Amino acid sequence: MTLYGYRVPMMASLLVWCLVWELVGQSGLMFLVPPLSSVLVAGVAMVQTGTWQSAAWVTLHSFVIGMALAIVVGISLGVLMGRFRAVDELFSIWVNIFVSAPLSALVPVLMILFGIGETTVIVTVFLFAVWIIVLDTRAGIQHVPSSLIEMGRCYGASPFALYGKIVLLAALPEILAGIRLGLVRGVKGVVIGQLLVAIIGYGELFELYSRSFDMENFWALTIILFAAAMLMSAAIEYIEKKVDYYAGVR
Amino acid sequence: MTAPSASILGVPHAESDIAVEVRSICKYYSEVEALRMIDLDFPRGKLTTLLGPSGCGKTTLLKIIAGLVEPTSGEVRVNGKAVTGPGPERAFVFQDFALMPWATVMRNVAFGLELKGMGKAERQSIARHYISEVGLTGFEEKYPHELSGGMRQRVGLARAFAVDAEVLLLDEPFSAVDEQNRRKFQEDLLQLVEKERKTFIFVTHSIEEAVYVSDRIVLLSRRPSRVAQIIEPKIDRTASPDAIRRDQGYLDTVEEIWQGLKHYVD
Repeated sequence: MTLYGYRVPMMASLLVWCLVWELVGQSGLMFLVPPLSSVLVAGVAMVQTGTWQSAAWVTLHSFVIGMALAIVVGISLGVLMGRFRAVDELFSIWVNIFVSAPLSALVPVLMILFGIGETTVIVTVFLFAVWIIVLDTRAGIQHVPSSLIEMGRCYGASPFALYGKIVLLAALPEILAGIRLGLVRGVKGVVIGQLLVAIIGYGELFELYSRSFDMENFWALTIILFAAAMLMSAAIEYIEKKVDYYAGVR
Repeated sequence: MTAPSASILGVPHAESDIAVEVRSICKYYSEVEALRMIDLDFPRGKLTTLLGPSGCGKTTLLKIIAGLVEPTSGEVRVNGKAVTGPGPERAFVFQDFALMPWATVMRNVAFGLELKGMGKAERQSIARHYISEVGLTGFEEKYPHELSGGMRQRVGLARAFAVDAEVLLLDEPFSAVDEQNRRKFQEDLLQLVEKERKTFIFVTHSIEEAVYVSDRIVLLSRRPSRVAQIIEPKIDRTASPDAIRRDQGYLDTVEEIWQGLKHYVD
């Protein structure tokens, strides 16, 4: 974008909105919106507290375990569905229901099943993230050019080599897109899980700050969470771009 | 005699002269009959072309020989042994190249050897030899998307040579290559055929290409496909490529095949 002949840098709009936030905050119109500067000050102080650090650790722990499960199960099921018609027909209705279903509604049921603790949060992360990974992997596997598979068979690839050296790599762009979308959903899952059920970790802090109208800390917490989610997504996107570069000729 | 002849028909070959035998092959795709009772011999060390109207099942027949497609009935024998699937004595060159976009030219060419479990140094030295054979020296570390269509198919050809199969199956290898590169590639292929002494089975829909590169041309009829005619072009291969393309035998054979195929074209 150019303005009066000057090229405006990419992140300029963010600065504009930060400025708007600061002005609204300073004006004191809404007590829910403290000035951005005091939010940042609160944030710097907050990350140094043991409460935040242990909450972040608990949250990260549940998130990583849930995502790892979602990635392993999602890719495996996606590959099976992409390759075998019967598996596809058996599971596709469920995958398609769950990928668009409001899963938050299921969380209280999960609590009954898995108790008030980390297990429920991990299961929530898993359930939020896994379906899109399944769908994208399935699409990737189905789009592997049949001649690449024939090539593998012609040159004597064992079934193991066929998947490890050809099929999974050829489907990698779609699989990575699935993981990226899954990560974003997983972040939602971890917060909703912690908020709704298990009052632990980040959810506990959100609950604490919003109940006590400690808006500086509440917004600082939100900004950190958003930034973390965006960073993870950007990291996967970076890998995706590198992979797409090689897959460009398909 | 400049006219092509079909004298080979009915003359029995000694068993060892025949690399690939196709016996009573029929192929149905659900209700559609693609191939009807195909019987063919492919002599060792020759380049035989399967030529026919588009959609006549040439590629299907080639894939049956490759072991990639099961025939509905009939049998293919390579060196007297019945084919039940792909095997190391046959290598395939694909119409769309079938290169791995994430692998370098070197890895693509060596891939058949990699799958056989050959060590890295050994397979790379073999691959390097065939990369130079097809004229791609200097491109070893390039990726397929950095190459032109013609160069990509040279990679596919080098991969097929590298596994040292006796029979090379080429499925319309030049159809995705632009005209000028195709001519050069055809000339280079003839030299490689001469040098490598392998049995080539070549599928094409281009009459000129078939006549230019083949020792024998098998004309297939429209679906359900049968062997309509076998032609052996009488062309002096020692002449220069340009002389061949102006050779009377070459032109007569092209014309004869066109007259035979014309009534299939709507």
